[in-house]
Amino acid sequence: MSLQRFIQSAMSEWMRGGGPQSDIVISSRVRIARNLAGLPFPMLATASQSEEVVRRVEEAFQEEKEQPYFRDAELIRMDTLNDLQKRVLVEKHLISPHLAEESRHGAVILSGNEAVSIMVNEEDHLRIQCLFPGFQLKQAWKLADHIDDTLERHLSYAFDEQCGFLTSCPTNVGTAIRASVMLHLPALAITQQLNRLFPAITQVGLAVRGIYGEGSEALGNLYQVSNQVTLGQEEEEIIDNLVSVVGQIIDQEQSARRRLLESSPIQLEDRVHRSYGILAHARVMDSKEAMQRLSDVRLGIDLGLIKGVSATVLNELMVMTQPGFLQQYAGQRLDPGERDIRRAVLIRERLAFEHDDEN
Amino acid sequence: MLCQECGKRPATLHYTKIVNGEKTEFHLCEVCAQEKGEQIPMMENGFSIHQLLSGLLNFDAPYTEGEQAKQTVQSGALRCPTCGLTYTQFSKIGRLGCSDCYQAFGERLIPLFRRVHGSTNHRGKVPERTGGRLKIRREIEQLKEQLKQCVAREAFEEAARLRDRIRALQRKLEG
Repeated sequence: MSLQRFIQSAMSEWMRGGGPQSDIVISSRVRIARNLAGLPFPMLATASQSEEVVRRVEEAFQEEKEQPYFRDAELIRMDTLNDLQKRVLVEKHLISPHLAEESRHGAVILSGNEAVSIMVNEEDHLRIQCLFPGFQLKQAWKLADHIDDTLERHLSYAFDEQCGFLTSCPTNVGTAIRASVMLHLPALAITQQLNRLFPAITQVGLAVRGIYGEGSEALGNLYQVSNQVTLGQEEEEIIDNLVSVVGQIIDQEQSARRRLLESSPIQLEDRVHRSYGILAHARVMDSKEAMQRLSDVRLGIDLGLIKGVSATVLNELMVMTQPGFLQQYAGQRLDPGERDIRRAVLIRERLAFEHDDEN
Repeated sequence: MLCQECGKRPATLHYTKIVNGEKTEFHLCEVCAQEKGEQIPMMENGFSIHQLLSGLLNFDAPYTEGEQAKQTVQSGALRCPTCGLTYTQFSKIGRLGCSDCYQAFGERLIPLFRRVHGSTNHRGKVPERTGGRLKIRREIEQLKEQLKQCVAREAFEEAARLRDRIRALQRKLEG
């Protein structure tokens, strides 16, 4: 596959970048969990009950096929995908590892632009996810809320007056909403301010994680901030709270960037160009280094120190240099050593491609 | 220093756990430490929400031994009549089997809600199909509030209208 075609087919809406404050907020995501009344949760459902869930959801989806976000959407059953295809969907953040690996009778409804993905038979019967580029949490919530209402016209949800929406895990009960933003915070990392910031975030009921979720490392200075509390607050309060805290983090990152530029411009310039040089010329590149170098380059682009490289290069490459994508691009299985070599090739090609494009 | 769990025995085990960059200090006595069991050694493959949850659930055990034994027997027998999941199973996996589990384990879930969410009552969205009665009750509450304001500013015609509307909704709830 040519690089251009590969990039075209690899890109989801959120990876194309843009959106408000996209120099710091990579993406905004809202996910709501729902279960159908009268059927056990996926963990205990029998094969035929799980199949029944897929059938009902598919029926509701077909009834609403004229909705703009469903028009070019399709329902994909997990058992029709091979391991590599599933992995690619996980790396694009469109489905969870749980749906890919452990779900029985799992399925996903994916919109054409991949901004909407509805997982079926994950930990809950339904997980409606809306993923937008940049800082667009409210928009993401509005769409998820609307899709929820649309599906509810055909599906009866498990709901309790006191506990709200009933979910498989009691930590999601109530609104069952999980809202999160992916943040690029290189300047706060360089200036060692994250150690002070993160405890403050957890104190206001939010959680900070690496980009691949729970327990994952914060690669490339990318962090996910999300709400923890789902019971006792209205959805709008949850979103507003997150929006306001993220707004403050953005301000802090911006001022840290300004201070770095003022206090040590040469060191900063050296750092970002050094990383750019390595990405443009290295022959072997492990994923950890790739993420760190890409973070530096992205900071350089945002600060105007590196020109002629698009700001979405980080969003794209952090996804496309993952194992699933590398193997898809290579058209074959690769062991980790081979992947480090292919990763270096892909990054070099991608940076050169941008350059050719300009000329 | 006393054990932070039972608050009775002296703490003999002190350790710090870091979850998502947040440092938490633990000071436990041997008995409580054993109850926490496998959670104490620093976990090699991270700390999942379900493990954390199951830790919280097991913390609910009361302090005196007699009561504890009784409670263990009770919770061992506690089983969701619909899906058959026992409370013991739930406290190990941290996930419920069906929506009726919320009813079956209700009393034991409420302290957990308080701990995780700081609240035990849903205030958010209500679905059209299955949340009808709650929707009506919320509307009645709203109308009552408006009614009070009307009376305060002596808008009695408006108040009468609101009163009729409230009565109609209340009849709907009863019927």
